[in-house]
Amino acid sequence: MKVTTQDVKYIAQLSRLNVPEADLLEATEQFNQILSYADILQKLDTTGIEPTPYVLPITNALRKDLVKEGATHEEALLNAPAVHNDGFKVPRVVE
Amino acid sequence: MKLYELTAHELHDKLVSKELSSVELTNALYERIGEVEDKVNAYVTLDKENALAQAAKVDAKIAKGESISVLAGIPGGIKDNISTKGLRTTCSSKMLGNFIPIYDAHVIERLRADETIFLGKTNMDEFAMGSTTESSYFGITRNPWNLERVPGGSSGGSAAAIAAGEAIWTLGSDTGGSIRQPASFNGCVGIKPTYGRVSRYGCVAFASSLDQIGPITKDVTDAAIVLNSICGKDEKDATSLPVEVPDFTKALVQDVKGLRIGLPKEYFGEGIDPRVKEQVEKAVKKYEELGAEIVEVSLPHTEYAVITYYIIAPAEASANLARYDGVRYGYRNLEAKSAAEMVTLSRTEGFGAEVRRRIMLGTYVLSSGYYDAYYNKAMKVRTLIRRDFEEAFQKCDLLLTPTSPVVAYPIDGKMDPLSIYMLDVTTIPVNMAGLPGISIPCGFVDGLPVGMQLVGKVLDEATILRAAYTFEQATGYHKVFAPLGGKHND
Repeated sequence: MKVTTQDVKYIAQLSRLNVPEADLLEATEQFNQILSYADILQKLDTTGIEPTPYVLPITNALRKDLVKEGATHEEALLNAPAVHNDGFKVPRVVE
Repeated sequence: MKLYELTAHELHDKLVSKELSSVELTNALYERIGEVEDKVNAYVTLDKENALAQAAKVDAKIAKGESISVLAGIPGGIKDNISTKGLRTTCSSKMLGNFIPIYDAHVIERLRADETIFLGKTNMDEFAMGSTTESSYFGITRNPWNLERVPGGSSGGSAAAIAAGEAIWTLGSDTGGSIRQPASFNGCVGIKPTYGRVSRYGCVAFASSLDQIGPITKDVTDAAIVLNSICGKDEKDATSLPVEVPDFTKALVQDVKGLRIGLPKEYFGEGIDPRVKEQVEKAVKKYEELGAEIVEVSLPHTEYAVITYYIIAPAEASANLARYDGVRYGYRNLEAKSAAEMVTLSRTEGFGAEVRRRIMLGTYVLSSGYYDAYYNKAMKVRTLIRRDFEEAFQKCDLLLTPTSPVVAYPIDGKMDPLSIYMLDVTTIPVNMAGLPGISIPCGFVDGLPVGMQLVGKVLDEATILRAAYTFEQATGYHKVFAPLGGKHND
């Protein structure tokens, strides 16, 4: 499968990233290089093979539901790029 | 012999016998860092004040005659993707350039309980995505064996710090070889434990089904000692295994008689530097002399492992790194006019090229219409790769391979991403199957260290530690020091 510069722009948008116009061709080429290599997987017959998302046989890892101390208000805001009225400040979301 | 050339277990004896204090030792390490750091650049952040305060506490304890753990008062370095409360943790990214964690990773809690010393945070490929440490926002790390070469990666700072005498032990993380490959390039010992042995809580997530924290040290004994400290069930990581952790130092037995060592033929074929192969084959002969039984095995799906990894790991990364939106922490573009624009600009400016490439690749393979062809297919091939190992282990107790097909290569060798990805072929399958793997030094090519990898069955770190220890004691490659500071080859 091959992607076009238009596809790469769309993927960038889904990823919430910008690809500068100047880099678009190179990015598309690198993408296609990796994807064409991925075609070797299509040679393999995986009919009836279960996927492995995780290697461990653990299913439900449960713990006791106890009330514990969490982060304080000050800690939560410690790394905030912008703070207003004790909250995270961001540009207007709704017009 | 200089203090920074000694191992943790040797230094522990000196602390206990009061031949040396932890404050003296810690100062000696910072002195060494001062001497060589402008050449090596192994660290992103140093924390001298807190390190010396902790050292003084350990000294007071020793003075009172109280017993201490083996790692107490021994200075180490922590890879900069492991969360340290109050100490900047950057993942070597502009995105987290000013990030101060509000909690400790589980492994840090464990090491603090053992009263060890944290000298600082070590450099890495940005968000652990890379095998050269060249993608760090804080500059490249150089290989102490030859400053014109890469230290490997992504835990390049952690391995170079050991080789340059800038730490006694370090922690790295390994998603596709990021502990073992730099350990190999720097002549160190590095172990990736079984997936689930060590809690990932507080290790900044890259690919959650593959990531695992482990030690990089000068010898196998120190690796076992650090493992003893960091392994164990943690309820904050649902994938950490509820199993008993053995005392790994008990595995350090000098005996491989009757041990069946499997050589996967796919790892000795095309693509491996013949000079690296020669060194690893010499190690195989050594094991035979020592009484091990050598058997040839096959891992037939090896050729599919790299691309399978480069579908699964970016897919998981694209989801994990979605959290960096510039809202609550991390880099933010402050000029953006809308929230949506803020997210896109913050991510575009905050992430480096390789991270952006992998996020996009991951987004693509998970996107509607391509999920089955790429991601789901890769997860099925992962099953086949895992089964290869299960079958091989019917015939042997452990596997022996080169850690990397090459020795450390020149900085800025202008390789394209795919060619660099291909060099991970020897380490990636081990993560895909969740197995424990250790790299130990086994020779030199042109004055650069060669590493061999020993791979064990699930939760059988003991066997690979025993085999590694036996080889180390019979050879002594771990006692050769990097020429930095003295003669500088090339």
